[in-house]
Amino acid sequence: MAEPILEIRNLKTGFVTESGIVKALDGVSITIEKGQVVCLVGESGSGKSVTSLNVMRLSDYDGGIVLEGEILFHGEDLVKKSQEDMRKIRGSKIAMIFQEPMNALNPVFTVGDQIAETLRLHKGMSKEEAQRKAVEMLRKVGIPEPEIRAKQYPHEMSGGMCQRVVIAMALVCRPELVIADEPTTALDVTVQAQILDLLRELQSELHTSILLITHDMGVAAEMADRIAVMYAGTIVEEGTVEEIFSQPHHPYTIGLLNSIPGFEGQRGTELYTIKGSIPSLANLPTGCRFHPRCPFATDKCRAEEPSLLEIGSGRRAACWYAEEVALKAKEQGAVIVSGKGE
Amino acid sequence: MSQRAQEVLTKQRGDSGEYLIEAKHVKKYFPIKKGLLSRTVGNVHAVDDVSFGIRPGECFGLVGESGCGKSTLARVMLQLQSATAGQILFEGQDILKMSGGQLRNLRKKMQIVFQDPYGSLNPRFTVRDIIGEPLKVHTQMNNKQIDERVVELLRTVGLDPSRRGRYPHEFSGGQRQRIGIARAIALNPKFVVLDEAVSALDVSVQSQVLNLLMRLQRELGLTYLFIAHGLNVVRHISDRVGVMYLGKMVEVAETDELFRHPLHPYTAALMSAIPRPELGRKRERIVLQGDVPSPANPPSGCRFHTRCPFAQERCRLEQPELRAVDDGRLVACHFPLE
Repeated sequence: MAEPILEIRNLKTGFVTESGIVKALDGVSITIEKGQVVCLVGESGSGKSVTSLNVMRLSDYDGGIVLEGEILFHGEDLVKKSQEDMRKIRGSKIAMIFQEPMNALNPVFTVGDQIAETLRLHKGMSKEEAQRKAVEMLRKVGIPEPEIRAKQYPHEMSGGMCQRVVIAMALVCRPELVIADEPTTALDVTVQAQILDLLRELQSELHTSILLITHDMGVAAEMADRIAVMYAGTIVEEGTVEEIFSQPHHPYTIGLLNSIPGFEGQRGTELYTIKGSIPSLANLPTGCRFHPRCPFATDKCRAEEPSLLEIGSGRRAACWYAEEVALKAKEQGAVIVSGKGE
Repeated sequence: MSQRAQEVLTKQRGDSGEYLIEAKHVKKYFPIKKGLLSRTVGNVHAVDDVSFGIRPGECFGLVGESGCGKSTLARVMLQLQSATAGQILFEGQDILKMSGGQLRNLRKKMQIVFQDPYGSLNPRFTVRDIIGEPLKVHTQMNNKQIDERVVELLRTVGLDPSRRGRYPHEFSGGQRQRIGIARAIALNPKFVVLDEAVSALDVSVQSQVLNLLMRLQRELGLTYLFIAHGLNVVRHISDRVGVMYLGKMVEVAETDELFRHPLHPYTAALMSAIPRPELGRKRERIVLQGDVPSPANPPSGCRFHTRCPFAQERCRLEQPELRAVDDGRLVACHFPLE
């Protein structure tokens, strides 16, 4: 086993509001090893982005608090760090790529200056040296005529260009971990393909670890080494990309995969649906939080919450009936017929 | 468009021999104004000479990247925006030449469901008011009759009718989209434009709404223009698909044929660019270079030549027309894929 870069252990977090603390994450554990791409997948409101903001401790600025658990970066607990210490880590050792490239860049500085700023701050480079390095980085992320582009402002560039700049900025200090929160969601598919290719190339060249957050199972299938599926603030299943796609064990994962219309097979058929919708975190169901939407739910599921337990070697699922569910899904060609409904 | 293409289009109309709605050489330009006197210095060619038709009862999928003109085309077809040139025939009548009164009558037959379930419902209206408004405008129903119809419509789209006194913010994204659908079908339209109607939804909710749309089409005999960028979704619901690039229709085909064997290089690239939720598909795609050019200043010749991996001299000079190739399919390319 390679050396873990980031280890999130039983992380429970929330946000302070006028009406008390609203829970966000409820016992999330993830390990990212050196050079690995781990994907967090799940629907909106499942806690993917909150996890990333908690790791960066950016949630502090929005009234977020860590209730329990540890975020170990090279064995050091980020939860215990001051914001001042975090500022030294952010951008140099852990970098972040956001969903909206236009909003992630400052409109009143040239992109070259913005990349150079990171270098001057973290590496103490001189202005000229930082500028030169910024141009070099822009070339590396595939921006044509980087010398000219470095002197331009974000509004002079397209969305795909801006995302390349954001990636350049994130990688310029050679961070060990990059957190990419839906980096391609705002982009067109042909540009998305370019950006995913770029991320993969740079990742293998620089041996960076990536925590990739996406709602798109297709992006996860292409990029991930490991996948963690989130639902309502917890991880419900975790395993290698092969394990998750070839034999999902949690009813939610199975449901998600089955809900996506395919590129082969019969058209116009009724699609598999997961009944109902994701519960509000302020009002979670008892027992397993997926049970009101689960076609396999029993009284046990309604009463007791399953924890994320190891099944087989290295993969984990939070379901009382994980093995039976997986078998049943496999028997029926990965499509569970019951549980239909709008 | 060539003579042959016109023939194929006519043949594609099917047995009835008629399209429900047909666009003929439709153009929509938006002027670019500059300076103190707001002089027009150029035009954004949002839709540039597009011809196609939709048969009654069919679902026509329209795909393409943002800015390619799919939404503008749909809006022009509904006469929500007027066309710069061309004809829109609805049941054989040119709607661009209609008077206000005629058009108002026609509005009952054509409706639209928008992408954003948050922005497309008036937050100060109750659900009853939102769905009842088209009934109030277009029919002589009294309040009691309207209320009864709203209850019926909410049941049809799978919402609890007892919640009709609530406001949109009390509903989830998927439920709001159902409200938008109920409003669109309130007047028993024939033609419904679904402009990215499921794109903003999570997959588990998206499949619920897709099932609803397919059921409504069967039960009410609706004709859809389904605009989306999720190709898998378009494939699932559409009978035929049109692919747009920079204001031009570059390929039109039956869904199965298009997905089995795309003829236009752009269609092929678009399909291969979509990450699929399957294993072992890494690295077998055509990655297009660069971005979509600006529609204010489209490239010469074939508009796709700047990004096309197969572009040749002729592509730079001569604009390809949408034409029929051997097996009766329509493609706008000098060198369609084998």
